[in-house]
Formats: sequence, structure tokens, C-alpha cells
Amino acid sequence: MADSTNSYDGPVLEIEDLCLSYFTRAGEIPAVVDFSATLAPGESIGLVGESGCGKSTVAMAIMRYMGGNGDIVGGTVKFKGRDMATLSDEELRHIRGSEIAMIYQEPMAALNPSLTIGSQLMEVPMTHDGATKGEAHKLAVQMLDDVHLPDPERVMDAYPHQISGGQQQRVVIAMALLSSPSLLLLDEPTTALDVTVEAGIVELIAELSKKFNTSLLYISHNLGLMLEVCDRICVMYSGEVVEEGHIDSIFSWPKHPYTHGLFGCIPLPHADKNARPLKAIRGQLPLPHERPAGCYFGPRCDFFEAGTCDQESVRMSEVITDDDPAHRVRCKLWNSIDHDKAIPMGDAKPPAEIGETILEVDAMQKYYEVRDTSMAAMISGAGVRHVKANEEITFRAGRGETVAIVGESGCGKSTFAKVLMGLEQATDGEVRMGGVNIGDLPVQQRSPNQLGSLQMVFQNPNDTLNPSLTIGAQIGRVIKKFGVETDPAKIQERVLHLLDVVKLPRDFAIRKPRQLSGGQKQRIGIARAFAGNPAMVIADEPISALDVSVAAAVTELLTDIQRKNQTTLLFISHDLSAVRYLADRVVVMYLGKLMERGTTDQVFSPPYHPYTEALLSAVPIADPEVEKRRIVLEGNLPSVLNPPKGCPFSTRCQRRIGDICDNVPPPVQFNTDRHGIACHIPMEDLRKVEPVIKVTDKHSGPADISPVV
Amino acid sequence: MRALKSFALLRESTPGMVGAGLVLFWVIVAILAPLIAPFDPLATLQPMAKPGTVYAQGGTFWLGTDHLGRDILSRIMYGSQTVLFYAPLATLCAYTLGIMMGLAAGYHLGWWDIVLSRISDIILSFPVLVLYIIIIATIGSSGINIIIAITFASAPGIMRIVRGLVLDLRNRDYVAAAQTRGESSMFIMLVEILPNARGPLIVDACLRLGYVIITIGVLGFLGLGLPPPDPDWGGMINETRKMAMIFPHMTVFPVLAISSLILGFNLLADGLREVSLRD
Repeated sequence: MADSTNSYDGPVLEIEDLCLSYFTRAGEIPAVVDFSATLAPGESIGLVGESGCGKSTVAMAIMRYMGGNGDIVGGTVKFKGRDMATLSDEELRHIRGSEIAMIYQEPMAALNPSLTIGSQLMEVPMTHDGATKGEAHKLAVQMLDDVHLPDPERVMDAYPHQISGGQQQRVVIAMALLSSPSLLLLDEPTTALDVTVEAGIVELIAELSKKFNTSLLYISHNLGLMLEVCDRICVMYSGEVVEEGHIDSIFSWPKHPYTHGLFGCIPLPHADKNARPLKAIRGQLPLPHERPAGCYFGPRCDFFEAGTCDQESVRMSEVITDDDPAHRVRCKLWNSIDHDKAIPMGDAKPPAEIGETILEVDAMQKYYEVRDTSMAAMISGAGVRHVKANEEITFRAGRGETVAIVGESGCGKSTFAKVLMGLEQATDGEVRMGGVNIGDLPVQQRSPNQLGSLQMVFQNPNDTLNPSLTIGAQIGRVIKKFGVETDPAKIQERVLHLLDVVKLPRDFAIRKPRQLSGGQKQRIGIARAFAGNPAMVIADEPISALDVSVAAAVTELLTDIQRKNQTTLLFISHDLSAVRYLADRVVVMYLGKLMERGTTDQVFSPPYHPYTEALLSAVPIADPEVEKRRIVLEGNLPSVLNPPKGCPFSTRCQRRIGDICDNVPPPVQFNTDRHGIACHIPMEDLRKVEPVIKVTDKHSGPADISPVV
Repeated sequence: MRALKSFALLRESTPGMVGAGLVLFWVIVAILAPLIAPFDPLATLQPMAKPGTVYAQGGTFWLGTDHLGRDILSRIMYGSQTVLFYAPLATLCAYTLGIMMGLAAGYHLGWWDIVLSRISDIILSFPVLVLYIIIIATIGSSGINIIIAITFASAPGIMRIVRGLVLDLRNRDYVAAAQTRGESSMFIMLVEILPNARGPLIVDACLRLGYVIITIGVLGFLGLGLPPPDPDWGGMINETRKMAMIFPHMTVFPVLAISSLILGFNLLADGLREVSLRD
């Protein structure tokens, strides 16, 4: 072992049989069991798994920062050949931040809001390398330039709240890299960011790690992202690595049933809600102190063999069928499973029939007034300004149809939902439901019939149910309120029936929300929305807060109930993969304006609006057979208070054609009957654009991806 | 059910258990006062007896007697009835008003909020003691007027707390869900919002109960409390304070009684807060 870190050229990080536990009132809870990994200089390794699988705990253990109740109970972590357990607190403090740096999910929480960015950045070289103020300033500016922040000198003097979320995350990355660490731990670094911003950050991280030869440990729940950033990945389940290997071998020849299950849960381009629906992994993640004997995945596994899988704990075994020496799997039966048929797939279902038009939105507008009471504003006469949350929104939805509204945060999609629900009133235009304009009808003035026919599924599972009331009382209240049943016994009967429909045990009726998991709460939210037999349900990001396997189950549930009841579903989302999978028609919004609308087929293939094109390119796809054209957008979302005069997208557009884009609002051009694109570029030119996504399928050759509708 | 669980958890908090013990002790004393008090609290027996003096007609003045010859131990026991009757009642009234104001201001916002908040600002801008003196001096001193004065003076503070909690809770999705199924404002405020604000409110109520006991003591001390000769801890301190240097026992024991009860409520509040912060 080399003593000097400078001449050391072995692996940066060696983790061997690491076991981590938390000690609570309930006793010892093993969080991570038997974790091993080796990381060479410049290599990037990914940890992927659902929440509670122990991925963040591993990162914390590498830093030897386990909090008050966590401890390493077995195994070793060696950083550059030195056992971290033998280091003194002083040595650890030196290593943290200077040789191992960490980037967290929430950039705003990682920056001190009361110090300028410059002073926070300069602190790093001054503390760790004893640099002078002048040197530190120079280094910091140089680093801000390296992370591609425009005008670094200005950013140096800014406070964190004065720059956008994406810029903040770039600053955090700059701060982490300032001491040129050998190892960078990234814990969900882009989860809190919009997809187009995420694409930029991902590219930046890849570029910088090459430039500085930094090793990366990348933690994420997003398999698609892993494919783009990592050389190797470890799939974790309930505190164990269940499969590891090179990115290609894991994605092309997964061997563990859990890995198969994960792929079955992701809406990949070839998934289709009718012909090839998603298949959720049945059951739930076991609690750490209730893990089964033998294989932890056993109770949820389709290949479970009693007597083999439920005996002693399973060790990792080498996969020898492919030419990847690093490919190992924690399964006794991996060699006997037919992996070609192992990717689970739901049964094909007949497509829903789309009936008469239920909802007509006609040039709907929603402006918020912002009053500026400052002296300057009163003198200049600009006392009242308008936030144009929704402008000229126009589309139709039929019975049984799924319409998706897509856009990044701040595009006005949630405002639109509020207007529909009557929580806000439209400033102009009409929203007709069953022929009646409800756009300016506040919720208090709507008839029980109108209220009952339009219900909502909310985003945050922890917020959607009243924590003080039982599940049964909450669903029952809806049934009673909408007059579906009036007799208490009948109400109770229907509550139990609805619990059956959302596939939850009947005794949940007497439980309180805090006894339920996130996915279960979301199911109750769906049951509540459908309790009054609505004609239309608005789902505002219903699955974005859930883990992949849970999200798949909730998605399937939503589509099944919708299909059965012939309900119109308005699906509001930022996740294009989910939208492509679920929607019949898509409406793309940007900064309150409608950019493109059409069937899913039309929107996901050329001609595209340049914004749709960029969005499609930004979404990571967990399929190595998909080839993607990379488009990384420059700049940030403009402020809604001061949007561009012409096309709202003109400041970031990769196909901007000139001043006309900045100054003249673009007309809506129609490609076909109901496929409209708001853009100045002539339709002929847009039609010539190449598809963003291509599948180079081994079997059928290159083909466009588009769902069969 | 949940309340039972809270109390089970409270056993793990030492301050909470000490607080609960003190409060429980005084509650038992108040209930059993007629049975365990050695003498009639109003009877003049033997003036200025030191603690432990044996009374000629039987019995012992364990805590001595006051300047009028009344047994201090008996007066403290009966005095606890006064405190434990008026303090919770006044707190309850203040909470009812404060919660109603806070819910209306926080949920409706707009004019409701402006008017109610300004009214509470005006009341809060007076020094509390001055406020009490003005109110009691105007409407006279009696049990019911003490409750009115305390309600009037404490409700604005409670309203502030409730309003803050409501401002957070009104944006929850389950409130939106209730609105979109056409529930009345009253239903949303009382069923969807109020029960979910109960955690911080229960802790605050315990603390405030302590303040109210101080207030009742202070009012008694200033002569604004219950009219004599009913035993009242604050009044006992006031009547005997001139002799405190010569006969300290007349003042010290009522002071200890007040302090221990307030300490009990404060420790109980600490314990509840500690328990509620866990899991």
C-alpha cells in the first residue's frame, strides 16, 4: 500500500463487505448488508434502487458521517488504500470536502442563503489549500466558468436566491470540484430539477469528471439517467446489492428477477397501455426488521422456489454467460430462469373507445394581477402588472379519452387545473363541460352535479388525505356528498367496494392515513376521486412522488378504472415517458402558452415544435437500444412577470430563425386537422426534422417509436 | 385512542411525568379538599400560629395560621379549587374565541383577516396588566369577570397561533379536495383544518394554562380577584405580605402552591412537545 496519496495509483475507493445499521428504540435495524464495490480513478459507478434500499446510507458511510444513531457494524471502506476506520477526526475532516466531495439533491439547501456565492466558493481553497483571498477569487471565477455559468463575476456577487435552481446546482458542483476531489458522491443531483435543466447538468458532470479525472458515485432512482452517466451500476434492494455489472450487461442481459421487474415498471418507448401495459412488482418492500429469511426479494418474486430461496442468505455469484467479468447477481436460480421471457409484461387490453366531446377549452386565459406599490412604480404608472399563467389555451377532450398536459415547472399546467376545478376563475375565454361554461364559475357556485362530474387526484400522497380522519370516513363523505348513496349501510358497502377496486384490503377503511405507505395513500386518493362516478378526472402529477414499481401499479390502476368507467382523464405531468405511455392526446405548454397539441403519435414524431423536440431529447430513456439526438437547451426559463414579447421559447430555442421570434407571437400552424404547432418556422421545414428517438432494434432494424393508438 | 398513546409515550419523558404528577397532585387535592382539610378555611381560630402549633380544641396547624387566625393548609387546599376551576375554564373560553378568530382570519383571508388581525394587534399593544386592571375596574371583580378579562386578553395571542397554522394547512391537497366536492367553509375549517392543528395547540394550551394561573394569582394579589373571604392563593399572599418578614410561613406556602402548579403545567407542556416531536 502506498502511503503518499500523490503517488497512489490503485483504485480510489474499495468497499468490502460493508454492513451498516441504525440503532433505534426498536433495536438494531440493518440498513445495508454486505456491500462491496471498487472504484477506479475516473470511473463512474451508479447505485440505483427504490427509496429505503440504503443507497444514501452507503454514501454517508463512505464519508463516515452516519449521524447519531448509525454505525458501521462490519466490513471496511478504503479510500486510496487507507482504511477510513483508522483515520482520526482531524484526518477525516481534511478528506471530507477536499478529497471526497458530495452533491445533494436540493441545491438551495446546500448553499447558505445569507452569504454571497463568491464567499462560499472562496472558502473552499482558503480552508483546504491555504490559498490567499486573491488566489481563491481567481480559482472560484475560473471554476464558475468551467461549469458554464454566464458572467461568473456577477454570479460571484450574487446571493443564492438570486439565481435559478439549475444555476444553483451548477454552483454546488463548482464548489465540490474546487478542491479537485478524487471522488465525487452525487445523491440524486438532478431529481429536483426540470428535465431540460437536468440534461444540461448531466452533460456538465460527465464533461467535468473527464476533465478532472474524478471518480463518480452516482445515486439515483432513475434508470434512464444511469444509462447516460455511469460505467457500472449496482442495483440495490432492501439494503443489498442484488445485481451489479457493466451498464451494457445490466441493461441488455439483466439476470435478477428484481432488475427484470424494474424494467417492466418503466414506461419505455415500446410500452403501450393497450398492447404492452406495464407490470408492477407485486407486494411491497419489506420493512428492515421484517425481511424474510433467505432471499429478501423472495415473497415478490415470480421464480420463487420454496426450499431454495427461503433458506440461508444468498451470496453474490458471478454471471458467466456473458463476457462481463464484473457482472454478479444475488440469485440462486439465475441460471435456470429463462431471461428472454423474464421481463414481465401485463396482459394486453382492448383500447378504450373515445366518445363524444366532454370538455372544450376555448382560448382560455388566466392572468394574475401583481400590484407593485413602490413609489417608482406609481410614478411610472406601472403599478399593476399581469402574470400570464395561461394564455389562449384551446383543446378538446372526449369521453374515455386521456389528454396529457406536459410542461416544465412554471408553465401554468397546475393553474389550468385550478381553473377547471373552480378554485380559480378564468380571466377570459371559455371552459365548457357538457356544453356549460364553467371557466368563471367558482366552486361554491357549482351544482353538486357539476362538482361530482369533475374530480381530482393530487400529486403529494402525504398531503392528499386528511391525517385526522379514517380512510372509510373520507371516502364515505364523498359518496354521501355527491348523493351516490344516502343510507349509511349502503355507503359503507360502497366504500368497501371501492377499496376492492383499488386493490387494498377492506380493513383499511378503519385505518388512519399515517398507517399507509405513499402508494397506498395515492390509491385511496384515486378511490376518492372515482367515488362520485365522475365524468372527468384531473390527475395532477399523480405518480411523480412515487417509486418506479409503485408508480407502475398506480398508473395501471388509474387506466383500468378509467377504461372501465369510460372516464375522461386529464393527466398533468412533466414526465414525457409516462405521457407517451398513457395519453391519447398531448398538449405541450411553455410559460403559460400552448406550444403544440395533437395525438400522442403526432406530438412524439416530426414535425415537432422545437420545444417538444428539446423536451423529448432531454428525457433519459432506460433502453440501450434507443438512439437519441442530444439537444441541450441554453439559458433559463424566463420570468413569468416579464415574458419575451414574441414566442415565449425564443430565448432558449435551438431553431430560432431571427428577430421575428423575439417580437411577433407565433401563429398556430396546423399539420393535420387537430395537430397544431405554434411556431414561425414554416411547416415544410419542421416536417424535415429528423426524429429525436430511434430504436435500433436487433430484430426489426431502425424504426420510429410511436405508440400504437 | 391517540390520546391514550400520547400518554403512554409521555412516560418516556421525565419532565413530562414530573409535570403530570404535580398537576395530578393538585387536582386530587382540589377534589378531596372538603374531606382532607383539617379545618374550616374561613373560621378564625388562633391568630398568627407558627407551623406545627397544636390547636387547643384538637388538631394541628401544620402550616400555621394567618393574621386572622385561619388555618393556612386548609385555605391552600380550598384555594386550589378556585384556581383549578377558573384557570381551565378561562383558558377554554380564550381558546374557543381565539380558534374561531384564527380560523376565520386564516382561512378566509381578505377582509376577515385584516379586521381580525388589526383588532388583535390593538389588544396586544396594551401591557397585559394594564388591560386587566382596566377591564376589572370597569366591570367589577367576580369569578365570571375574571374569565371575561382573561378571554379578552388572551384570545388575540391564540388567534395569532391558529392563524399561522391555518395559513399552512389551508394549502393542503385534502383541503382542495374538500373544496372541490363543495363542502361549506365551516365544515372545512372545523373538520379538515382544525383537527390537524391540534398538536401545537395542545402544547400551547398547557403553557397558557400556567400563565392563566399566574394571572389569577396576580389579580388576587392586586385585589382584583375573587372578593374575600373566599380562599384565593394570590389574595392570601397579598393579605400577608406586610408580615412576611416576621411570619414568613403565611406567604411562603401559598407562593409554593402557585409555583408548583405552574411548574407542573409547564413541565407537562415540555413533555408533550418532546413526545410530539418524536416520530
